[in-house]
Amino acid sequence: MQRAEIETIAYLARLDLTEAEIPVYQASLARILELAGELNRADVAGVAPMAHPLPGLAQRLRADEVTERDAHERYQLNAPRVEAGLYLVPKVIE
Amino acid sequence: MGSDWETVIGLEIHAQLATRSKIFSGSPTAYGAPPNTQANLVDLGYPGVLPVLNAEAVRMAIKFGLAIGARIATHSVFARKNYFYPDLPKGYQISQYELPIVAHGALEILLDDGARKRVGITRAHLEEDAGKSLHEGLARWTGIDLNRAGTPLLEIVSEPDLRSAREAIAYMKKVHTLVRYLEICDGNMQEGSFRCDANVSVRRRGATQLGTRAEIKNVNSFRFVERAIQYEVARQIELIESGGKVVQETRLYDPDRGETRSMRTKEEANDYRYFPDPDLLPLAVPRSLIEEVGRSLPELPDQKAERLASQYGLTEYDASVLTASRELASYYEEVVRETRGDPKLAANWVMGELAAALNRDGLDIGRSRLPPAGLARLLARIADATISGKIAKEVFEAMWASGRDADAIIAERGLTQITDTSAIERVIEEVLAKNPGQLAEYRSGKDKLFGFFVGQVMKATQGKANPGQVNELLRRKLSS
Amino acid sequence: MKGRSLAELSAGLRGREFSSVELTRHLLGRVAAAQPTLNALVCITADLALAQAQAADREIAAGRAGPLTGVPIIHKDIFCTDGVQTSCGSRMLAGFIAPYDATVVAKLRSAGMVMLGKANMDEFAMGSSNETSFFGPVRNPWDLARVPGGSSGGSAAAVAARLAPAATATDTGGSIRQPAALCGVTGIKPTYGRVSRYGMIAFASSLDQGGIITVSAEDAAIILGAMAGFDPRDSTSVDRPVPDYRTALDRPVAGLRIGLLKEFFEKGLEPDIERHVRAALEVYRRLGAVVKEVSLPSIGLSVPAYYVVAPAECSSNLARFDGVRFGHRCQDPRDLADLYRRSRGEGFGAEVKRRIITGTYVLSAGYYDAYYLKAQRVRQLIATDFERAFAEVDVIMGPTTPTTAFELGAKTADPVTMYLNDIYTIGANLAGLPAMSIPCGFAAGLPVGLQLIGPHFSEERLLGAAHAYQRETDWHRRVPPGYE
Ligand SMILES: [Mg+2]
Ligand SMILES: [Zn+2]
Repeated sequence: MQRAEIETIAYLARLDLTEAEIPVYQASLARILELAGELNRADVAGVAPMAHPLPGLAQRLRADEVTERDAHERYQLNAPRVEAGLYLVPKVIE
Repeated sequence: MGSDWETVIGLEIHAQLATRSKIFSGSPTAYGAPPNTQANLVDLGYPGVLPVLNAEAVRMAIKFGLAIGARIATHSVFARKNYFYPDLPKGYQISQYELPIVAHGALEILLDDGARKRVGITRAHLEEDAGKSLHEGLARWTGIDLNRAGTPLLEIVSEPDLRSAREAIAYMKKVHTLVRYLEICDGNMQEGSFRCDANVSVRRRGATQLGTRAEIKNVNSFRFVERAIQYEVARQIELIESGGKVVQETRLYDPDRGETRSMRTKEEANDYRYFPDPDLLPLAVPRSLIEEVGRSLPELPDQKAERLASQYGLTEYDASVLTASRELASYYEEVVRETRGDPKLAANWVMGELAAALNRDGLDIGRSRLPPAGLARLLARIADATISGKIAKEVFEAMWASGRDADAIIAERGLTQITDTSAIERVIEEVLAKNPGQLAEYRSGKDKLFGFFVGQVMKATQGKANPGQVNELLRRKLSS
Repeated sequence: MKGRSLAELSAGLRGREFSSVELTRHLLGRVAAAQPTLNALVCITADLALAQAQAADREIAAGRAGPLTGVPIIHKDIFCTDGVQTSCGSRMLAGFIAPYDATVVAKLRSAGMVMLGKANMDEFAMGSSNETSFFGPVRNPWDLARVPGGSSGGSAAAVAARLAPAATATDTGGSIRQPAALCGVTGIKPTYGRVSRYGMIAFASSLDQGGIITVSAEDAAIILGAMAGFDPRDSTSVDRPVPDYRTALDRPVAGLRIGLLKEFFEKGLEPDIERHVRAALEVYRRLGAVVKEVSLPSIGLSVPAYYVVAPAECSSNLARFDGVRFGHRCQDPRDLADLYRRSRGEGFGAEVKRRIITGTYVLSAGYYDAYYLKAQRVRQLIATDFERAFAEVDVIMGPTTPTTAFELGAKTADPVTMYLNDIYTIGANLAGLPAMSIPCGFAAGLPVGLQLIGPHFSEERLLGAAHAYQRETDWHRRVPPGYE
């Protein structure tokens, strides 16, 4: 596990890691991947990946009905920064 | 553009589905509400909330799939596309990746030379729209409005079958027409209900491998798509010819400067880490539902155009123009039905005067000031020779402005055509008498002056004389 | 009121021996007294509790009381509670006031239960010792130097210390059963889909399941009946009637086919735990059950499969914590990337970051097939193993944990050592099976748990089997010294 790999992953995950944290996660990711490496012992030829724990269930659908009303003032009580009903983030340049 | 280059284009069209509520929540989808007033806890990606799929969005996707002759997957899967962006509340977009609901369809487009071309549609999948970022008026900040977040989208992905900007536009218009026929999308491009990403590459003619493509993002008008592609094709050819290389990247079209520019940030290698969304079970579409949706399909644009051409003797082109929208076609057919008259005359008027008037006032056919029956009565007066085609245009304008009936306007303004032979002959004699010089010239062989005399007669009758009769009587008079 | 089970408290309330307000005051007093040592709660909602208790007393007086009316409960802080802090054990959500109730909370509220407060937990339910909580570790009431287990450590410690007759909990890889075992209480993780996940802050969506920690199986049956059921807001909840779990308790266990899970006795199991578990199986034999050995050949791969699948899902589930709409936001972000990276870097603790990093890695281009997809295939193997076993037996039994409660800090150095603590519990999550842990003895003064695993939707059978055992034994009635 290279330092650069951890940095790439941390960027993808948008996690700021301190200098001290990088080697720690480098080591623990290596350790966890070693554990995950045990999966190679399994013979999974012809075995379908299991994405859901209950077999055979299909997605239920909801009727196309409007059931919600505006409550943005309440929802925005938790927002760190709001102006004129908008959530604010540092300027995004496109 | 060097003719030794071939352009290869594939389009990804995002059509917002015209459901009442969002794809995974019960929030309304109306356009233009104050910021964040149509974003509930699910749309905001609040901790603990879960998505529940809207049945109508599924139906609409099936409808589209059937209309393009595609395969409807009886088993499809929702996946998460992971990336961080402030208008994407959960940090992932729920989309379909490996198993989309619609695959392997096609549409036919009509080329400029009248030939038809089949454009393959690789897939069409359901996904959720993102919110909007507002950059104006907030100084150091960007404002996030999540009203649009969670609006259902059908992403329609074509094969790289298109060979020019013109073809791309023809295809895009075809899809636009189709989704409105199916009533699954309002097609409003200003409001972003119908948007397009274009994948553009060039290669030497005869090459079998595709060139490196650039993806032009989110262009929201037919004209801009055409210009963006043209610009991009020229840019790529110039780049290669001057020894450069096209890089695979996302580009943005700037309509003010008429150019595309790179929007790739250097550190961002796209790695979306798709995986099946564990909050949503596989979507099962029973055969019975596909059949039921199939029975509800309206007459599709191509079928309608074919029928109009054969039933009314229209050209393929006219039939395709008149079927550009379901409303236009039904307007036309109603005019024909009401007049029981000449379908070609009706076609000319609907595509000519009516289209021009609508365009001038920025109206669509559904809001025409003139109902089909009104136009039909006007056309009936041309057919029974009450008025000439030229006078009819004047009557049309008056009808358009006042909303009054054709007969009332004709009567009030005394526009009834003069068909009385002796009356016309009297006018002809007066005109000849008033213009002895021209008469002499005509007689000495200047045939072109015939038109002058016709014009003078029409002028003297304020255009009301029947032009056919004027011609015939004048010819007889002059040759005697 | 002291030392009574939920069923007994319920009877006392309806028999007007004491009021809900009296009971609530009494328990709030116990909570306050225990808080400095146990740290089992992150938030005490005394005013709300008393208001709910008064309302419950009115219902009781009007003769409209159900079995849960006026009975106090503590909710794990992973469940959203309308108007009350819901922090999920994280700095990221410290001070976050949920604007809605989780379905579980709403159901128990409408059944008349009184919320005393929110239970401490491992941060975002990621941990097996409650040491990853931003609000500090919970201590085990049987030995304050030891962990209560996790992630539902606060719930288990609170019930063990009799601060409440019940506490909600969640189980993604053993987070109900392992702390229940380590604290000497009863915990049930229902079948995946049996209890709504709506409003339960997601860790790993295909594994998470809400459940309950109580003193006895009978108490668990009463509450589970009120918690379970189809929820139109959770697409993965199952539309299937909820049985009357309480009446199912008295089914005889004679003839019950019990599978003793061979692989769980092979290595790493403390001898004292093995002794108690085998003794428990003797009790079942005496009651007429048939015990035979069963094998799940792939179960040994459950820990590696889990530590790929769970981090993968968590890395995506926790992407919504970005400092924009709720949660921690860093000071003076320079730009958007800085806002994201520092808000998340500061808001999440070490274990959460470790799992996000792992999950991001196993889903990223080039590794997806080798890790994520492989793990999902192994998951299928494990599920199939269980399916085969349940063709032969009705319930699988074994230890819940390989060791009793360990000391704080004992397993924090190496993450994998901590992960291996879940070795016996993870299988049920991967396969979506219902499972329980019930007290079955003590080793050096520390509780030992017996685990029961059943086929999908066999909660009645599990609760019945647990109840039969608890009628024969009194391990579940033991209270930690100082908390009588
Ligand atoms: Mg796309
Ligand atoms: Zn898309």
